[in-house]
Amino acid sequence: MVDKLARIVTEELNVWYGAHQALKSISLKVEANEILGIIGPANSGKSTFLQVLNRLIDLKPQTRVSGRILIDNQEIFGANIDVEALRRKIGMIFALPIPLPMSIFDNIAYGPRRNGIKKKSMLEEIVEESLKAAYLWDEVKDRLSDSGLNLSGGQQQRLCIARTLALKPEVILFDEPCSGLDPVSTGKVEEAMLELKKNYTLVLVTNNTKQASRVADRTAFFLMGELIEINNTQEMFTVPRDKRTEDYISGRFG
Amino acid sequence: MKKLSPKITQKIVFSLLSLATLLAMVPVVLIVLIIIKNGLGAINWEFLTTAPRNGMREGGILPAIVGTFCLVTGAVVFAVPVGVFAAIYLNEYAKKNWLTRLIRLAIINLAGVSSVVYGLFGLGLFVIFLKFGASILAGAMTLAIMNLPVIITATREALANVPQSFREVSLSLGASKWQTIWHVVLPNAIPGILTGIILEISRAAGETAPILFTVAAFYLPGFPTSVFDQVMALPMHLYAISTQIPNIGLDVRYGTALVLLGVVLGVNSVVIIIRARLRRRQKW
Amino acid sequence: MLKKRWNHKKIFEWGIEGLIKLSGIVSIILVGLIFIFLLKEGISVFKIVNPINFILGKEWHPVSKPPDFGILSLILGSFAVTLGAAIIALPLGVTSAIFIAEVTTGKTKEMLKIGIEFLAAIPSVVIGFVGIVVLAPVIQKVFDLPTGLTVLTGSIMLSIMAMPTIVSISEDAITAVPKRYREAALALGATRWQTIWRVVLPSASGGIVAACMLGIGRVIGETMAVMMVTGNAPRIPHSLLEPARTLTSTIAAEMGETVQGSEHYFALFAIGIVLFIITFVINFTADLFLHKEKV
Repeated sequence: MVDKLARIVTEELNVWYGAHQALKSISLKVEANEILGIIGPANSGKSTFLQVLNRLIDLKPQTRVSGRILIDNQEIFGANIDVEALRRKIGMIFALPIPLPMSIFDNIAYGPRRNGIKKKSMLEEIVEESLKAAYLWDEVKDRLSDSGLNLSGGQQQRLCIARTLALKPEVILFDEPCSGLDPVSTGKVEEAMLELKKNYTLVLVTNNTKQASRVADRTAFFLMGELIEINNTQEMFTVPRDKRTEDYISGRFG
Repeated sequence: MKKLSPKITQKIVFSLLSLATLLAMVPVVLIVLIIIKNGLGAINWEFLTTAPRNGMREGGILPAIVGTFCLVTGAVVFAVPVGVFAAIYLNEYAKKNWLTRLIRLAIINLAGVSSVVYGLFGLGLFVIFLKFGASILAGAMTLAIMNLPVIITATREALANVPQSFREVSLSLGASKWQTIWHVVLPNAIPGILTGIILEISRAAGETAPILFTVAAFYLPGFPTSVFDQVMALPMHLYAISTQIPNIGLDVRYGTALVLLGVVLGVNSVVIIIRARLRRRQKW
Repeated sequence: MLKKRWNHKKIFEWGIEGLIKLSGIVSIILVGLIFIFLLKEGISVFKIVNPINFILGKEWHPVSKPPDFGILSLILGSFAVTLGAAIIALPLGVTSAIFIAEVTTGKTKEMLKIGIEFLAAIPSVVIGFVGIVVLAPVIQKVFDLPTGLTVLTGSIMLSIMAMPTIVSISEDAITAVPKRYREAALALGATRWQTIWRVVLPSASGGIVAACMLGIGRVIGETMAVMMVTGNAPRIPHSLLEPARTLTSTIAAEMGETVQGSEHYFALFAIGIVLFIITFVINFTADLFLHKEKV
């Protein structure tokens, strides 16, 4: 089998919060245009893993990171890395939808504006494109100047996706994006993810093993900071190699 | 003697507590009422728009109002940028270490230093060492330093109330730290910062001791033309006419006190209204 | 592609972050500057009088020849006024704080807090003015004195000024006691007062002590009101009904008459040093109490 282009490679990645080790020598690859699902019980290090990838972990006090993370062959903890450019390249969707307290338009134009795009026509174009890609355009096109806070939960989450798409990222990280949503909204977000895969590489952290089995191409199982198993989703859910994976996906703990 | 039942003890204690509170609140009500009652008669158009005459026994207080306005404006201009930046540093940049602890201690001390010591400091640094002379500049800077803790504390509280998630979202969208502060954190902290600024205005308008040796003129009927001029100020004027000059009609004194109190309490009411609105409106 | 490049945006931000960091330490610089300038101007007086005689000397005659620079009477004046104010303000302030924090709710609580805020806002010179025109004549008449401007008058007016500090900081400390402590006590059948007395107040004690100290600090540093109502006699007061003079009012009253660079001028700055050290110690200790509680 020919190795696909690996977008993200982590080698022996360790993360400590103070004395507590949250990730223990994680080595894995995320391939281009796949959805990598990451499952595992609470506090298994899944969200930490996402936060290292776009260096949001820098915000947390007293953290220490060792090992290497290569994104398109560039070491992201290396010297002279433009963290802001990195975060534009690796977008992030949070567990709870957090619209900034401003209009729908301004929410989506936020990233491009900070990157120096000032022209109104250009911003309008980006906003429309992003909203369409997140399946929100039809619902909000007549009220772009409304506050983003006035949208429903599902709409807010799609707004957040659109906001990330406006950065024209290459990788999108989803941190339990449906944990606060009802089944219908969850379905819409999942649909959007499957569509996004055509143009982006996605990493999806989820508490919901069923969700991983529905959308992920490959799935990784994290437990207490360790990577227990990574495999094709179908294989992992039918014939898990590790006993602990089997226990987890069959709901025996977690 | 039989021991009182807990219920009855509680009743007695609570009534004593309410009595004490009442006693503590009486002065503020009394002071305000007395000054309004006696001062209202003195206030008219002439009082507010002319200079004092006849050894300050007659006429108005316009120069003092103008002087206080200059000092307050100056104090705000100097204190707000530094205070807001210092609060941004403490809330957004500082890590938990000895330096942060030292800064906190320094702020507490700035807040606790006696107002007359600020006067000495202003005299030593601005008037003499920097050769500003007794001037609006020296007085406003002294007031600004004295009120720095007010601005820092209020701004810091306002910044801390902006949810951390907003910062994470902004940074995750590729904004730099400063862009995050400027475009997300500060706009959402504005009402709180405003509260701090208004409180500073109120304090700067009422302080006497810090301006005693740095700017205030006893009697100066004209208006200032540069920041190196001396001015009269409302609190200084009230001090002068109530202790230094014999045979002044009580109504002139009460009138001056009322104008000063009105300015200060009026400004404070604005703070209270902003805060109440803010509490109702907060969405996140 | 991810390499950092310096452009005008990055340079601007580097500059502004530098300014922010500088502003962060500005308060430390200011405290340092205040102390340095007090020392610079005040230290010269110790060429004429040694520090011990300065503090313990009973006579303050700064303009006689030769001058006497002993500030004991001023220290005792400050002490007397502060003691009187503390005796009035501490019990009233702490009980009011308990009442506002634990007993009242809703509108009443709002109104009381606004009242305290207004009290804090009243300028010291206005308090002094009211002391002169309202309280002093009453004191004079009641005790049949030659003058109503006494230590007692000063103590009463200053207790009013200390009240907001004591009430608001104590109230914060009481409100900060976690709700579950109260719920646990109430669930065991304690009355509200028993809960306050045995559970809430002990846990808030550090904050309340700090509040009292800061209130006292405010009184010691207070200048205008005390200068206007205590009569300004630089003698050691023997009763609450005599006039006295404090450290602060001495500086405020005499600085205007001194010649810059004269012995008298140095001596007033030296008093400033004493005041600075007193308030520094009080604030530092109060902060320790406030801090202890949070750990």
